[in-house]
Amino acid sequence: MIPANFEYHAPTTVDEAIGLLAQHGEDCKVLAGGHSLIPAMKLRLTQIPVLVDIGKIGDLSYIKVDGGTISIGAMTTHGAIASSDEVKQHCPLLAECGGQVGDQQVRNRGTLGGSLVHADPAADWPAAILALNAEVVLKSANGERVVKASDFFVDMLTTDVQPGELLTEIRVSVPAQPKASAYLKVAQAASGFAVVGIAAQLEMDGDTCKSISIGVTGLAPKAYRASSVEAALAGATLDDASVSAAAAKADADASDAMGDIHASEDYRRHLARVYAKRAVQAAAAKA
Amino acid sequence: MSFLAKYMGQRVKRTEDPRLIQGIGHYVDDIKLADTLHVVILRSQYAHAKINSIDTSAAKNAPGIVAVYTGADIAGKIGNIPCAGALPGLKVPPMAVLAQGKVVYVGHPVAAVVATDKYKAKDAADLIEVDYEPLDVISDGEAAAQADSPVIHEEFGDNIAFVHSAGSGDVDAAFATADKIVTQRLNHQRLAPISIEPRGVLAQYFKGEGQLNLWSSTQIPHLMRTQVAIQLGIAENKVRVVTPEVGGGFGCKLNVYAEEALLGWVSMQLNKPVKWIEGRRENLQCTIHGRSQVGTVEVAVKNDGTLLGLRYNVIADLGAYHQLLTPAIPTLTGLMLAGCYKIPAIQMNCTGVFTNKMATDAYRGAGRPEATYLVERIMDRVAQELGMDPIALRQKNFIQADEFPYTTACGVTYDSGDYEAALAKAMDIVDYKKLREEQAAARAVGRVMGIGVSTYVEICGMGPSGAMPAGGWESATVRVEPTGKVTVLTGISPHGQGEETSFAQIVGDMLGVDMNDVLVIHGDTSIVQYGIGTFGSRGLAVGGAALVCATEKVVKKAKTLAAHLLGTDADSLSFENGKFVGAPDDKVLTIQEVALAAHTAASIPEDFEPGLSAQHFFEPKNFTYPSGTHICVVEIDKDTGDIDIKRYVAVDDCGNQINPLIVQGQVHGGIAQGLAQALFEEVVYDENGQLITGELMDYAVPKAFQVPHYELDHAVTPTPVNPLGAKGVGEAGTIGSTPSIANAVIDALAPFGVQHIDLPLRPEKVWRAMNA
Ligand SMILES: Cc1cc2nc3c(=O)[nH]c(=O)nc-3n(C[C@H](O)[C@H](O)[C@H](O)COP(=O)(O)OP(=O)(O)OC[C@H]3O[C@@H](n4cnc5c(N)ncnc54)[C@H](O)[C@@H]3O)c2cc1C
Repeated sequence: MIPANFEYHAPTTVDEAIGLLAQHGEDCKVLAGGHSLIPAMKLRLTQIPVLVDIGKIGDLSYIKVDGGTISIGAMTTHGAIASSDEVKQHCPLLAECGGQVGDQQVRNRGTLGGSLVHADPAADWPAAILALNAEVVLKSANGERVVKASDFFVDMLTTDVQPGELLTEIRVSVPAQPKASAYLKVAQAASGFAVVGIAAQLEMDGDTCKSISIGVTGLAPKAYRASSVEAALAGATLDDASVSAAAAKADADASDAMGDIHASEDYRRHLARVYAKRAVQAAAAKA
Repeated sequence: MSFLAKYMGQRVKRTEDPRLIQGIGHYVDDIKLADTLHVVILRSQYAHAKINSIDTSAAKNAPGIVAVYTGADIAGKIGNIPCAGALPGLKVPPMAVLAQGKVVYVGHPVAAVVATDKYKAKDAADLIEVDYEPLDVISDGEAAAQADSPVIHEEFGDNIAFVHSAGSGDVDAAFATADKIVTQRLNHQRLAPISIEPRGVLAQYFKGEGQLNLWSSTQIPHLMRTQVAIQLGIAENKVRVVTPEVGGGFGCKLNVYAEEALLGWVSMQLNKPVKWIEGRRENLQCTIHGRSQVGTVEVAVKNDGTLLGLRYNVIADLGAYHQLLTPAIPTLTGLMLAGCYKIPAIQMNCTGVFTNKMATDAYRGAGRPEATYLVERIMDRVAQELGMDPIALRQKNFIQADEFPYTTACGVTYDSGDYEAALAKAMDIVDYKKLREEQAAARAVGRVMGIGVSTYVEICGMGPSGAMPAGGWESATVRVEPTGKVTVLTGISPHGQGEETSFAQIVGDMLGVDMNDVLVIHGDTSIVQYGIGTFGSRGLAVGGAALVCATEKVVKKAKTLAAHLLGTDADSLSFENGKFVGAPDDKVLTIQEVALAAHTAASIPEDFEPGLSAQHFFEPKNFTYPSGTHICVVEIDKDTGDIDIKRYVAVDDCGNQINPLIVQGQVHGGIAQGLAQALFEEVVYDENGQLITGELMDYAVPKAFQVPHYELDHAVTPTPVNPLGAKGVGEAGTIGSTPSIANAVIDALAPFGVQHIDLPLRPEKVWRAMNA
């Protein structure tokens, strides 16, 4: 548990950080909460010559609601999001998801930006970010670009973030009246990560589901939208039978299923179906 | 002895806690000595391989490197790692502190790199090139016992370390005359003890004095001193072992590992302090594991539920080597196969086998959780087969309160007990009859609810020296200083149990002094007289008993002096609340006044030794046998197999309680670990002997939010074995809990025709059992 040598920088502004990232290129990594990166370094699974610690940049940790958009700074911790009244009011799915990441210590250190860039296949945030159609702001020496959640996750532990880029902000558009939503997960007994996690957001018109989006994490090498379930339910009357039938397709859009000592592939697929049903019903109950 | 005195019997908060909670206690790694060098150990990534060659040249030339040692460097210079367990015909493979030409488990130490800091040491360790020639791996205990299995230690011809039989009575006749025979194969999975503070050693050699100081995170400083002195060939009294704060042990620090002697030797070579602090990955790979038995239990029973006989054929997967007590652990299982019941004939046949894994040894409960689990599980199976209520079956076979001392067919004599008392309390708390009605109603509407009971008895307060590998007595010195402050030197080595508090309570009451005036010192072999250490729930039952006897001697001595000073004879004085009273003219002397007079010695009786201190070595006549009832109520999610513990009731009987707050803390922690074994905790090696659960991200230790609300109560059956009447409670929670949870889950699944599922009861297994 002893990391290899590295160079350490702690810039205080975004521009300074971007400058360092540009200067060191592929040799360099951003350090946010360190809850994924530091364990990997201590186990020497990864050796990083240069670390740019963005923890000293004050203006990366914020939650702002403005003109139908909620913007969250990349360094905002899971715990800060989970306990924010503004988030609870305007985008309760984010609060519900953040409150289920790891345990209190993890939530006090780990950041939304770090979790998204790390793209652990069992991380909680990707499910919510996909269900919310969020956007991610990436800054580099070449300027700024905005990436849709659906384009952001590329593969296991791989995102669209390029060397030299800093994730600065996550944006979610929030209607005046927030949509009903739920995040439900099965926590792995040792780590707390999601064996399966389902984020569902929907709009109802009486018993009819006007729109629905579902993000699934834990099952596949990367989080995905359960499009088959969404297609079956959008415009449909939600009752036990229809939700069950639709949720049975929760694993249909998974590129593959993961299995380990905690849960086999089959069982994970099964849990995705069970939890998709429960998440949709939990969201619908709030509508 | 009287209880419910000023301190004894009270819920006194632990005096250790303020420093521990504030993080200002000192663990091994907090001790910084100038010029300390740091050691990193290169460990095998193979479970079984021949070492063709080791090239350390690049490592030796790396920056900051002071020395690199391999097996060849230490051969013949450092003695082997000791095994104290003795069984007839036991095969003991020599275990060197660095591998000698061959590695036999993942984590096996291969080389030690010494550098000016640990980072440089680790960098250099990565530069060592070892040419391994992989050999066939034996990772399964049952496969290891097969005649055609590859052999780990070639010199023995097979992997069988020992064959051990235990029990008495005519087992064959019991089975021949039984109405029914109930058989169950059971697996006790391997567990890792996981103390929050991993192991660590700091060694400092003083060349001029020929003195070696070792700071070690251990439960047994004196035994370690003896062993390290032998390994290094230096005089025992020139080795000083100090245990600063020890952040948990659970049995894993009841051992002598490679690192103590290795670091001592390195310090002697280099004449500098050297430090090694275990990483968590090392901790999972190379600190002992526990449990790991797979076997079949058979019970012969009459149709009315009377137990006639029990047979247990088991393979104990010992891992690659014997650590200090490895072969002794399964023998403890053999002592407790009667449980709380009158079983006239019992036989255990245990085969201990070597596998390419870390050694197993004592983990909280050490051999007894295995016994309790298999007995309590088979009791439920018998109840199921006979259509009896599981509690009624237990009651029918209980050893009755008036039958103690009771000698079981396992050959041990239970000191005292009242199993009905604890059971009745627990049944009352849960309202057992109503609970079964609720269960019937729940089942009627398709809910999956289960009730599990475990009535346990365990063996602790270890123990009579004749039955222990290295002495079972314990020591205490009590010294009243000139100012009246009291210093206690105890031979036990608490590492979380709270004896600094409970021992101060005892002395405070016995001497009538403020308990805050009592300082309890432990864990320094140069300050404290020889002691055995802390394990086997012996701290209070044996160490506390020694303390009581030493304190009584102090009172007796003080009385002699008080009588002299008061101009009366000792018999006419009595000692009350710290004062000697009963002298003529109502003259009174306090213990503090007597202590001062004993030190100034201006006026003492002729044959009176100045000073006021006494020492006692207490030899227990028997073990102690705590018991109790745990009842668990679960509801299972039919769709996922997820288990929700609705209620958890524990009524434990550890005899007299000196500090009920500490007792409850021990029970809480014990249940948490027993629950984790029942539900999710497991060391997993794959077929190549690779450790799958090599980090805490995969190895599931219990966390606060994973344990239910505990409803605790207690019964009190004092033990006659020691003057405190205290039985020990360090392991009871772990021993009693696992079977109650397993029984609850399997009871819930009865409507699905389920008879048994092996631990841990992961949701997937439960879900599959419901859908089989
Ligand atoms: C015990 C434990 C339990 C956990 N349980 C859970 C759980 O239940 N669910 C869950 O989802 N997660 C869990 N986690 C992971 C935790 O949420 C991490 O904090 C998170 O995954 C990474 O965030 P971080 O801020 O710590 O990032 P770091 O570890 O600092 O960084 C992670 C990666 O992202 C990069 N990075 C970070 N920030 C940026 C940025 N702004 N721009 C560009 N690159 C960046 C880093 O270079 C690195 O590659 C757990 C972690 C631990 C230690």
